[in-house]
Amino acid sequence: MSANDKHSAPVCSRAPLTKPAAAHAYANEAWPATSSFELAQQITPELAQVSHPVVKKDAYALLAGKPLYTDDLAPSDALVMKILRSPHAHARIRAIDTARALRVPGVVAVFTHEDVPHTRFTLAGQSNPEASPYDRLILDEVVRYVGDEVAFVVAETKRAAERALRLIRVDYEVLPAVLDFTQAKDNPVVVHGEEGYEVKAGWINNERLRNICAQGGSASGDLDAAFAQAEVVIDRTYHTKACAQAMMETFQSYAYVDVHGRIVCVSSTQVPFHIRRQIATALEIAPSQVRVVKPRIGGGFGAKQTGCAETFVAFAAQRLGRPVKVVYTREETMTASNSRHEMQMHVRLGAKRDGTIVAIDLDTLSNTGAYGEHGPTTVGLSGHKSLPLYGRALATRFAFTVVYTNTMPAGAYRGYGATQGLFALESAVNELADTLAMDPCELRVRNLTREGELMPQYDNQVLYSTTLERCLRRAQEMIGWNEKPLVRDMGDKVRALGVSLAMQGSCILNVDIGSVDLRLEEGGFYVLSIGATDMGTGCDTILAQFAAEALECPVERVVVHGVDTDVSPYDTGSYASSTTYITGAATLKAAEQLRGQMAETAAGWWGVDAADVRFDGERVFVPAVRADGTVDAEAAPAHEMALAAFANKCVSGGRGDALTAHAAQWSEFSPPPFMAGIAEVDVDKATGKVDVVDYVGVVDCGTVVNTNLARVQAEGGIVQGIGMALTEDVQYDERGRMRTRSFMSYKLPCRQDVPSVRVDFVPSYEKTGPLGAKSIGEVVINTPSPAIASAVAHATGHYVRTLPITPEKALFGEEG
Amino acid sequence: MNVTVTLNGAPVTDDVTPDTTLYEFLRAHGCKSVKCGCETTNCGLCTVWLDDAPVLSCAVLAVRADGRSVTTLEGLQDQSARLARCLAEQGAEQCGFCSPGLVMNVLAFERELAGRVPADEEIRRFLAGNLCRCTGYMSQMRAIKRYLGCPDPGAWPGAAGASGPAAAGTAARPAPVPVAPAKEVPTHER
Ligand code: FES
Ligand code: FES
Repeated sequence: MSANDKHSAPVCSRAPLTKPAAAHAYANEAWPATSSFELAQQITPELAQVSHPVVKKDAYALLAGKPLYTDDLAPSDALVMKILRSPHAHARIRAIDTARALRVPGVVAVFTHEDVPHTRFTLAGQSNPEASPYDRLILDEVVRYVGDEVAFVVAETKRAAERALRLIRVDYEVLPAVLDFTQAKDNPVVVHGEEGYEVKAGWINNERLRNICAQGGSASGDLDAAFAQAEVVIDRTYHTKACAQAMMETFQSYAYVDVHGRIVCVSSTQVPFHIRRQIATALEIAPSQVRVVKPRIGGGFGAKQTGCAETFVAFAAQRLGRPVKVVYTREETMTASNSRHEMQMHVRLGAKRDGTIVAIDLDTLSNTGAYGEHGPTTVGLSGHKSLPLYGRALATRFAFTVVYTNTMPAGAYRGYGATQGLFALESAVNELADTLAMDPCELRVRNLTREGELMPQYDNQVLYSTTLERCLRRAQEMIGWNEKPLVRDMGDKVRALGVSLAMQGSCILNVDIGSVDLRLEEGGFYVLSIGATDMGTGCDTILAQFAAEALECPVERVVVHGVDTDVSPYDTGSYASSTTYITGAATLKAAEQLRGQMAETAAGWWGVDAADVRFDGERVFVPAVRADGTVDAEAAPAHEMALAAFANKCVSGGRGDALTAHAAQWSEFSPPPFMAGIAEVDVDKATGKVDVVDYVGVVDCGTVVNTNLARVQAEGGIVQGIGMALTEDVQYDERGRMRTRSFMSYKLPCRQDVPSVRVDFVPSYEKTGPLGAKSIGEVVINTPSPAIASAVAHATGHYVRTLPITPEKALFGEEG
Repeated sequence: MNVTVTLNGAPVTDDVTPDTTLYEFLRAHGCKSVKCGCETTNCGLCTVWLDDAPVLSCAVLAVRADGRSVTTLEGLQDQSARLARCLAEQGAEQCGFCSPGLVMNVLAFERELAGRVPADEEIRRFLAGNLCRCTGYMSQMRAIKRYLGCPDPGAWPGAAGASGPAAAGTAARPAPVPVAPAKEVPTHER
């Protein structure tokens, strides 16, 4: 069954219960005669729960400061784990002396590489088999970056653990290190030469002895012939740095052994089901012996799609039989977890003098750092989620190489490679516009992929829904593009404009799975059990909105429960922007099924055909029928039962069973959301300081499921993107020690840095999505870097191609 | 060392090591609303009131609070309710981890204002130390401006005159987003 069938198929073959208006409307669709924009205009106004600014279900508890996060919930008698980390970028441990540490009062245990199992695994939270190589042990004899784990101290108190850390003596054989990722390939220093290293997904073309974690590419059309037609070629290299996700809650987890001898791990994670597999693999125990619980999460942005600390506490709890918790410091979170992949991208962009793009060639080199978490997959997005913007080009080619180095491992960070690729491609397009003296918006409009067109670099999918051109026009209108020159002299400052487009996906097609259970409960309310992880993004609320829409009730009547791997239905987790699109669709399906069951049940009680049973959210009934067989809505129904009475009868004598529906969703489509962003910046003539005085972003995320939360997602993503553009830069010294170890040296935008970020939406209606929805979580971070770089170039004449855009680069150019 | 503080109105005495921070002390005494985001006085998540003035509890030793009064969000559940509502209606708590510190600081700011309506830049300056990685600050700004009675708090759900889908209340549907006609664009100065 294709993903869109669910909107045209009846709710239940025998029970034509009232369905959401949108489902009817779509059944009559005539795309492409009706554009996705027009469809959205027709359908969205009929929605009662979706496309509304519903307050987040957990809002008041969060705002009251209730104890809801991992460290708030840890048992007060939990032992505290502290981690000894490598001071060397690359070294072999000859010996570790833990005797003095063990004598510290309160210290319960010290674990080293000699104590841990020898099965390698990956910490990347990905579906099985993971694309990321199995290149990790809980503790390894070889340390591969400054910050790599050397030993665990477990103690009664934090103070005792910290004292013991200082008393561990380690004898290191320091090895040469490879720190520069442009020198990693075929470097004599091999980061992963160990035994037991395993590649689970052959397509990554791993050659680890050459430090190549993954390599590959894709092409469409005849590139040489297309370039032969080009009258202008922009040939540039762009470089995006590692950035810290910097969610406000650091990594934290605790684990204990339950009454059945199973390991229970409570963790701030985006991927509880993948963590279950990681712990089982790392500890060499059956997955049935592990349970993972996710409470509220203080932000993730992808960082918590890597299992930074769960295996550590699970291991210690297993060995000690007592609860063990670890709470990373900010310094550990900065220096010893994961970051965005640093990428260097070589772009060749061929165009006609009239601005028609004919050929694009993109070659990406990505630094996965000391371990391969998300290395093979992030890099793909740098091409596959940038090139399709201009799918009309005659030919495109994308090649990539992912290398290991002795720096902190990279991981998932909102945008997941697309952010990097779009900085390169959109910067090149801006440079093309400037070279041709064309308006950068008009140049883009000329080249955009249109609705109904094929996207060769996007798994050959058809673009069903886009309002990107309208988004761009709206952004122009909001910033006053047509009234303002690209650059203005303001005296001490120069004010300038820059623009960028962006796209992303809505899931990992044919991989992501979302499933939900939906129950009708005594008293007439619903419990929606989900495996998707709300990390602050509000997916609990959004999924309840979908259920409420389909069940025609207020959102408050849907209770959402998640995530506990023993109880919750399987979900790959919250990443790849997939929750709305995938789990949202599963929720709609489950609600439709539940309606079918209700009809069947009522029909059995009343001795009628289930097809005649109706449900309007408040009551289950069979309408009166006139002599001619038509429904008489005026007359008293033939049968009628209020929802609460119906539910009560279900769970008591009537049926002896609560009604439960289960549905799962996966998708052959991953419809791209789009965005247009325009930056207005001031560059100080004396200091080069760049201020973003205004930023507008206009998003096509399909149906906007929660208009409030979507807006906040967009505003938040834009500000993160502004940070990446201007200040955020993970830096190392010449020995591989990270310089940016805290918020003192790693500058996040504060509210004074972003006086004005304005967001609007131009929804399309995505016919494969739940009630027309696509995704929003990631696309919103992608426009600021290229837009701001272009604005700065307009202001100063210097195109900054290596982020971040520091005052020096803005003023003097990158060569200085 | 023995420390006695009046914590949310009730006396609390404990024996602490000299290096115990007020943050650690408060968490140990059940005030889990107090969060730590940085340990380096950069994030504002650990904001509490010491004798009614906002302080960063990660940078105050517990012994410095001896004989003084400390207020955390646990002690301001009623006083913070209206601000919480303004924030919730904007979706200005995303992960919520920064929210308690922000609420503490906004309430302190409100008291300092003594009924005066602040300018935007004044709000931003007072709250500059309260980082938030999720929201991009705009929704917080709208909520705080509304809370403090500032004119023009910006797009408000259901508010008349607001534009875009965020204005979509249950009663009034938003007008379709106007789209600029594709017209000739003037050549920009270079
Ligand atoms: S934890 Fe105190 S300011 Fe960040
Ligand atoms: S809401 Fe997550 S840090 Fe502010």
